[in-house]
Amino acid sequence: MSGPLADRLRAQFPEAVTGPEQKGVPEAVQVAVGALPEVCRFCRDDSELDLQALSCLSGVDYPDRIELVYHLISYRRKHELVLKVRLDRDRPQAPTVAEVWKAANWHERECFDLLGVTFAGHPDLRRLLLPDDWVGYPLRKDYAPPTEYHGMSHHRADPLRPVAPEVHAGGEVPRAR
Amino acid sequence: MECILTSAEWFLNWGRASSIWYLLFGSACCGIELMQTGGPRTDLDRFGAVPRATPRQADLMIVAGTITYKMAERLRLLYEQMAEPRYVIAMGSCANCGGLFQRSYAVLKGVDKVIPVDLYIPGCAPRPEALADAIVKLQQRMRQEKWLRTVRAPQP
Repeated sequence: MSGPLADRLRAQFPEAVTGPEQKGVPEAVQVAVGALPEVCRFCRDDSELDLQALSCLSGVDYPDRIELVYHLISYRRKHELVLKVRLDRDRPQAPTVAEVWKAANWHERECFDLLGVTFAGHPDLRRLLLPDDWVGYPLRKDYAPPTEYHGMSHHRADPLRPVAPEVHAGGEVPRAR
Repeated sequence: MECILTSAEWFLNWGRASSIWYLLFGSACCGIELMQTGGPRTDLDRFGAVPRATPRQADLMIVAGTITYKMAERLRLLYEQMAEPRYVIAMGSCANCGGLFQRSYAVLKGVDKVIPVDLYIPGCAPRPEALADAIVKLQQRMRQEKWLRTVRAPQP
């Protein structure tokens, strides 16, 4: 199940790194949230791993947790490694890796914007895509969209099926048949 | 008096209808069709319509594309910067009603929620012929207006 990259990382951090739980390419390991900056710095600087690029940082909303997924790439050695970090769903907080890879800066801002993960130590943690005064985090599964934004109503009547607007005050737009 | 006003109006309307300067507001894929309409095949220039990059010199705003709530406030600001008389064409499904992205949390459900719209062009995206037709219809409307004999309400 385990590949050379995961073995190398696990040998260096036996406490913090576990996995991979599933067979797959690229190898995906679980990292403890506290050791994340240390593990990331090792991934970048180690001559064998040599993962000098963070190609994608995603957040996934599971029923019991929020998981961060870091896709790392080595252009010189042509291999990939995935780091996964589990966070508490009620208060998702992770240390920033913006000083390890510059690309993480905006990725983390996007993750904060849409999933509400706060990255401790981030140089400029503001919303990236949505307006600054937006309420809530839209990519959470339990997100309820607003009924209006700055006086612009969220409702638009369906011309084929007229329904009173108060019926779908929850922001639900009826489907055309 | 009536004769003079009518002639003056005809002249003013002819001038306005023959020089519709439109504001570039391509915010999504309809913007590509808008550019194509300005290109040599459809050639919007033959109606005297030329693109302007500033709202202060524009008579017409062609809203071409999806408008998010974040953009809607900028849209309203740009519309308010345009000098009267001003016109708005909502181009494509997204500008008409939110279109394909209607169920998104961040997309405005039609630009008529923010600014008054004179003409709606259906389509996703409308062909350049449709936009050229809208310009012709707008010219017809402009030629019938009676600006000199209209008592207008004071601006708020």
